[in-house]
This record gives sequence, structure tokens and C-alpha cells, in this order.
Amino acid sequence: MRRLAWRPAELVHAAAETETARTLRLRVPDWPGHLAGQHVDVRLTAEDGYTAQRSYSVAGPADGDLIELTVETVQDGEVSPYLTEEMRVGDQVEIRGPVGGWFVWRPESRAPVLLVGGGSGIVPLMAMIRTRRQAGSRVPFRLLYSVRDPGRRYYAEELRRPEPGLDVSYLYTRSAPEGLSRPARRIMLDDLAEGGWPASFEPDCYVCGPTGFVEAAADLLLALGHAPERIRTERFGPTGG
Amino acid sequence: MSIISRGFRGRRRDDGGRVPPGQYLADDFPVLSAGPTPRVPLDRWEFAIDTEAEQTHRWSWEEFMALPAETPTVDIHCVTKWSKLDTTWEGVSLDVLFEDVETAAEYALVYSYGGYTTNLPLEDLLDGKAWIVHRFDGEELEPRHGGPARLIVPHLYFWKSAKWVRGIRLLNEDWPGFWETAGYHNYGDPWREQRYEGD
Repeated sequence: MRRLAWRPAELVHAAAETETARTLRLRVPDWPGHLAGQHVDVRLTAEDGYTAQRSYSVAGPADGDLIELTVETVQDGEVSPYLTEEMRVGDQVEIRGPVGGWFVWRPESRAPVLLVGGGSGIVPLMAMIRTRRQAGSRVPFRLLYSVRDPGRRYYAEELRRPEPGLDVSYLYTRSAPEGLSRPARRIMLDDLAEGGWPASFEPDCYVCGPTGFVEAAADLLLALGHAPERIRTERFGPTGG
Repeated sequence: MSIISRGFRGRRRDDGGRVPPGQYLADDFPVLSAGPTPRVPLDRWEFAIDTEAEQTHRWSWEEFMALPAETPTVDIHCVTKWSKLDTTWEGVSLDVLFEDVETAAEYALVYSYGGYTTNLPLEDLLDGKAWIVHRFDGEELEPRHGGPARLIVPHLYFWKSAKWVRGIRLLNEDWPGFWETAGYHNYGDPWREQRYEGD
């Protein structure tokens, strides 16, 4: 069995996603490709040899040697502040992956898809949306995206563009834009009943976000009659830094 | 030659050599699992050990709670990079559960409510190395952390410490579990950084 190799990766482009999140495009020579929903390990090495590593979900399909990550700054974090604030184009990290074969969506799949994301949990779900687009898949997707306020939305421009077969609903938890009938609150049964698919459609449900959010959303999906084996979850601890 | 990340200094902590390579200390208790949290009513809970000769040893919740308990304080290490030092649990040593179990099997497949499985050599469960626990930090174990009862095997990555544990099947041949078939290492020693297949 060949060991999953650490590969040097160079930052080729970076853009602010929100006030606290940044999208990084990295060139990883000989990248083997990945599936939507998989993650990579990122390793930083200081000049004296000290290293730190963390896992990050990939935000989109591979584009040759390029992969994209969106990283949220964890306050007092060790790795994320480097990636979101310090790192400049031309700087290098090491990447290992792709990892994870469970929380993935494959374009050949035919089941309708429900994506439920909380905060930075949108990242692997966005990889699924982009992979669907790239593959020309017509599988119907629904995205329920829970964020504190409109300024916290990742990929806001891209998700505003109409896309056949993709419905996007925002669930604001602290402050909603004026004119929305849904008040700002945490995810509830109605949100999933109205914005999701009926359980009888047997959709594949992907839930990703902070632990409390994932627990709540997965429990609500069960209450709506979705089979546990159709609910895949990925939980981000607040220390995921 | 390793790649230097320009401008990275990192935050070093003196952990007294207790944190394995590639791990960082977490102050909270992150949760990781692959699906919804199963909820198991205590009157329907049971724990079973099935031997390779198809002998089954079973405990109801009441029988399990009547067994002699221990309160191990151990360090735990998750493959997603966090470690927690000095976590205190309460539960039953696998040595107690295996007292009357006759077996020559070398492998154990642990299975859970909700369908999760994980494999490990049987010897990694014995001799004071593993427990079935029902309390964490003096409190009842929450469902999200594997309650009513989970396995803990602190010397291996925490995915081996199956939540919502339901039983152990003893096998003559190794049988990879859920994450072990999904690209993770078959054994999972944090000190040797056995994270993924081939490590």
C-alpha cells in the first residue's frame, strides 16, 4: 500500500469570501483529483521545522493541478489565521489527500439531493454544486444554507445566478434582510419540510456544519421520515482551526 | 526536504510529550460521526460479545450497570488532529466483560447502534486498555458523544472508540470496519501517525 504523499502546494490566487473567510486557489503538481465532499490535510512548516496540520474540505472539482479551499478564521487558531491573513501568492504549504469516501456526491448518482449547510459547512456542499454543474448533471438539488447574517454568506454572487435544477434558500439565524417572511432563527422542522424534499422521494441528504447545527438538522430530517442511511453528516468542531 | 511556509511561526505549547505528532490540544469536545445520532432507550439497550464459536454473552443495561466500574483518566486523540488530555470516564473494563468469554480469536469487530463498525486486534481491548463507558466528566454520556454507552480505546485514534456501542464480534480473520474501508488506517496508532491507508 502506497502512503498518501505530502505534495508541495503553491498559492496562485486568494480572495476574501467574507470578512472572516478567504478562498485560496492552490497549485498542487500531480494532483490525482478528488470527489466532491472530500477533504485534504494541510501542513505548515516553520523555519525551525515546527509543523502544524489541519483538515479542510475542498470547495470545488479539481481543475487540472488546481484545487480550491475556503478557510474560516478561527479566533486564536494556529493554522487558519496563517491561511486567511498571512499567506501570499507564491507562498507554499504541503497538501495530502484527497481523504474521505463517505461524505461525497458522485455525478453518476440519480437520487435528488438535499444539501443542508451551516456556516463554513457550505464548503463541501459547494463542491457538490460545482461538480454537478461541471458534469452537466440534471439531478435536482436543493440547498438550505444557514448563516448568521447576509454578510456571512460564502459564494454569494455565484449562488445568486440562476441555475436550472438548483434551489437555494437561506436560513438566517441572527439578522435577516428586510422583506423576508422567515424571521431570523435557528433551523426548524418547517424549514426542512418546505425547503427540502419529501422523504418519499428518497433524496440523499448531506448535512455539514458546526456540531449543534448538524445534530439539530439531522434529527429534524429523521423526524420528517428520512432514512438514517440517507443522511450523511460532517461535523465541524469550533476548534477545527 | 520539507517545504517552509514563509511567515508561519505556529503556537507551541509544552505538553510534556503527551501530544502525538500532528495533533493539537482542544479545549472543547468536538464531535465527529458519519450520520444522525442514534437514540437508544435503556430498556432496549444491550451489549453482546459473540465468539467465533457463535457463543453469545449478553448484558442488559441493568446487568451492565451492576458490573464493577472503573473511572479511568486518559488522553484521547482524534484523527482529525485534536487531542484532549486527562479526560475522565466511568464504565466497565473490557477485562471484566471478557472474564467468562472463551475465545482463541485474534480480531474484534466492534458494532454500534446506527450501523457503525470498527475493527481492532482483540489484544488491544484487553489488559486494562479499553472500557465500555457511560459517563464522561461525572455526567451521563450525551447521545452526541455516544451515549448511553461507548467504547474507549485511548491508545488508538478515537474512531476506534465506537460510539453507541452494541457489541463485539470475535473473528479469526481481520474484517475492516466503516472508516477502515473508507481510506483510513487499519490499526490507527496516533504515535505512529497511522491516519490513512498506507501510513
